[in-house]
Amino acid sequence: MTNQEPIVPQAATIISHPTRPKTSPGDAIFAAIAKSSGVFVLLLLGAIIVVLFLGGLQAFHAFGPGFLIDDDWDPVQDVYGAAVPIFGTVVTAVLALLLAVPLAFGIAFYLTEIAPVWFRRPVSTAIELLAAVPSIIYGMWGFFVVVPLMAQYIQPPIIDSLGDLPYIGSLFAGPPFGTGILTASLILAVMVIPFIAATMRDVFETVPPVFKESAYGLGCTTWEVMRSIVIPYTRVSVVGGIMLGLGRALGETMAVTFVIGNTNRITSSLFGPGNTIASLVALEFPESQAGTLKLSSLLALGFILFVISFIVLAISRLLLRPRLKT
Amino acid sequence: MSATMTSGTVPGPAKDERVSRSLGRRRNLSNIVIKTLCIIATVIGLALLASILFTLLYRGLGGLSLTVFTTSTLPPGSNGGLLNAIIGSLIQTVLGAAIGTPIGLMVGTYLAEYATGSVIGNAVRFVSDVLLSAPSILIGLFIYQLAVSPFGGFSGFAGCLALAVIVIPIVVRTTEDMLRLIPSTLREAVIGLGAPKWKMIVLVCYRAARQGIATGILLAVARIAGETAPLLFTSLGNLNWSLSLGKPMASLPVTIYQYAGSAFSDWVQLAWVGALLITFGVLAINIAARLLLRGAK
Repeated sequence: MTNQEPIVPQAATIISHPTRPKTSPGDAIFAAIAKSSGVFVLLLLGAIIVVLFLGGLQAFHAFGPGFLIDDDWDPVQDVYGAAVPIFGTVVTAVLALLLAVPLAFGIAFYLTEIAPVWFRRPVSTAIELLAAVPSIIYGMWGFFVVVPLMAQYIQPPIIDSLGDLPYIGSLFAGPPFGTGILTASLILAVMVIPFIAATMRDVFETVPPVFKESAYGLGCTTWEVMRSIVIPYTRVSVVGGIMLGLGRALGETMAVTFVIGNTNRITSSLFGPGNTIASLVALEFPESQAGTLKLSSLLALGFILFVISFIVLAISRLLLRPRLKT
Repeated sequence: MSATMTSGTVPGPAKDERVSRSLGRRRNLSNIVIKTLCIIATVIGLALLASILFTLLYRGLGGLSLTVFTTSTLPPGSNGGLLNAIIGSLIQTVLGAAIGTPIGLMVGTYLAEYATGSVIGNAVRFVSDVLLSAPSILIGLFIYQLAVSPFGGFSGFAGCLALAVIVIPIVVRTTEDMLRLIPSTLREAVIGLGAPKWKMIVLVCYRAARQGIATGILLAVARIAGETAPLLFTSLGNLNWSLSLGKPMASLPVTIYQYAGSAFSDWVQLAWVGALLITFGVLAINIAARLLLRGAK
């Protein structure tokens, strides 16, 4: 009896209390905090979409689907349409990509295959620092450096030589103010180059060295290895990187506001002024009273911009995920 | 005879030396041309950075003086400084980071330690990545609708909230990446000693990943220190001295925006000084973050 007594409670403790309690209260609390933080991020995105949509509801009601294709922006008569800023946003972003992608590809190619190994890190860092420069600095640099350059040295000769040609002439017509769609695209291109270049570099580095070595062993030149091995292997992710740049370019605000000329008009000329959703919102917002149709229209524009960039960024993620495991 | 001998010893179709030599020349030439173009592209990229930095130094250094740091913004012509903007930026950046970092840290922890392979986890990761590149001006509009419009006025606190929303996805990304670098044997050892999971995460994983996590926070600070667009609609900017979080608050980027577009030469000069300060501050933080990460690896 006396021998059994200590054994029974011991056995009982072992059964009711395993070596470590399965559900420590600390664990449960910590897991709950972590999970609710995760859910909070989901709610945050949902809240942004809902809040912008509700804010724009008044404008959507007043103008209907015509809001998307109406090119009026007339605060005097209280008529607003989104066509011009949507046009400006898409055109500047796409032009920026046309300028940025070749340069970014060149930089990524240089950094992964051409540059001496000791030189890669400093150059990589310098290019990435380009992405860290605040947007407003690009705006000032664009306004005080690029705009005068465009107005004096670049636009006049182009207008003189190409402006009179049939068909494409109208693209290069108009007075050389220096500001305008093309200048905005140039600044945007500079701003997205580091993003695209860094993604392409990371993606190129995922190509197994054996593939490249085999190609070199067969006598391929560096460019042939790039063209026939690296690019086919990484094609999808490269497109993902470009989409990432597009997503960035669509929403840029301050830099564009400085140099685009801010006119609510669709011009055929690349040198003509225009606006984008972001620049219009930044400029018109301070002059809009709460509760007015104008403010609601600006929020509706914000909603449209969010939907566009969400789609672009989502595609970019889906294309990049398999390669970069993010 | 000798020709048939060589073609006999080398397997494969017959080779015409002339053709292969000109083909080789062409391949070499295109290789050199493209390599040169790539070098030019890189030089252009570096030249752009140099041009921006040079412009800032050239236009900003001249106006840099002690008054900039000791005087608040004043009307044009009265020798004002940027003190209120600098202090306002510091307050909003620090508070924004202080609000956003814990949330980002917990989300990153959730993704790395709890949600491997789960549907919600993948959704959170996806949404966080999208928010990472979402236009910052829309975050400003969002906070305006949420924290400015219902409470009847622009406030420094709303600015902090907007910046915090930008901080979260940056911290999430680096925290998750850094926690994933920790070998699972380390986790198993801690669990094997009988520690609960939360102690494993807080005492061991965070400690092992602290340099990487700190890098993420620094990068987030660098990012929000230069943000202008979200502050335009939240803390608005304030040309008077004010430390109240309930009132509009000045910040360096917004002041630069207001001054750079003005017609007064001394305001434009101050805008350049502010631009110089903010850019070199942001780049210095970025480089520090990189050095920290290099030390960690």
